Amino acid sequence: MTLDAQTLLAILGMAIATYATRIAGLALAGRLDLSPRAQAAFDAIPPAVLIAVIAPSALATGWAETAAAALAALAATRLPLLGVVAVGVVAVVGFRALI
Amino acid sequence: MSSLRDDARRGLSDIWPAMLAAVPIGLLFGALAAGKGLSPLETMLMSTLVFAGGAQFAAIELWATPAPVSALVFSTLLINARHVLMSASLVPKLQGFSRMQTLVGLYYMADENWALAEKRARTHALTPAYWFGMVVPFVACWIATSTLGAVVGAALGDPRRFGADFAFTALFIALVAAFWKGRVTFWTVAAAGTASALTYRLIGPPWHVLAGALCGLGAAWIAAGGATPEPSKPEPLQR
Repeated sequence: MTLDAQTLLAILGMAIATYATRIAGLALAGRLDLSPRAQAAFDAIPPAVLIAVIAPSALATGWAETAAAALAALAATRLPLLGVVAVGVVAVVGFRALI
Repeated sequence: MSSLRDDARRGLSDIWPAMLAAVPIGLLFGALAAGKGLSPLETMLMSTLVFAGGAQFAAIELWATPAPVSALVFSTLLINARHVLMSASLVPKLQGFSRMQTLVGLYYMADENWALAEKRARTHALTPAYWFGMVVPFVACWIATSTLGAVVGAALGDPRRFGADFAFTALFIALVAAFWKGRVTFWTVAAAGTASALTYRLIGPPWHVLAGALCGLGAAWIAAGGATPEPSKPEPLQR
């Protein structure tokens, strides 16, 4: 059971950032009136961030990872969350063995 | 008094399918955190204090030793920015909550319990008993499974052997599918992916997250411009 000071600092920073987004509604409630375009950009935040985080692993690591990511994307149109994870993991192990 | 207990039980019975789905995700999170060198205590602290699945997975993906604090906080802020809109919509429905109950209750507002509360609020007044009946077991489950995952994961060794390092990538792809809204999302994903991969290659981490996210938002803004009069209208009819 170790607790690194730098790690603790990162966790506390993450906790404060998260809580700030969760209580921001108290100040905004009833006053938020986004244009449809701004709303679309706001809605795009989660997918944009998620893709920005994984792009190096999916597109800039190797062909095995890129192929497995494509297969996972295909699976994501049909399967629930864990099914997609299973397909991705099995595919990457398989492709790494082949390529 | 009995309605208090009824509401708490109602909350529990609404949340349990989401809780069940979170069990393997929590175990996976803990195992990946252990793979990046976090101790079970550190994993438990993160799940207890942050309690945000997407942001926590992203943090572990970005994790290095020593922890890149500003990159981690920034990525957390970006990923959780959606909470601003979610809480803005939820707060007016928390009429029966004291100030303290609101402040504590919102600490653990996640996608799942937020969505269930919004659904409940359409037909019933939202009570603190209902909210905490959902939130307490859900949070306890996330903390327990992620800590267990960190204990077990450390014993398993290098996650690359089982392809577990790729689990994030697959998980995030699945999450993006959950946020899919057609053409606008397509351009968002294409721009974010290209910009992030290029930045990662040419400049290096952690700048790829910011570059990718901003290009994705820009693409959404541009793509939504062509069709603004239509998409805003049909939405109330569908819901």
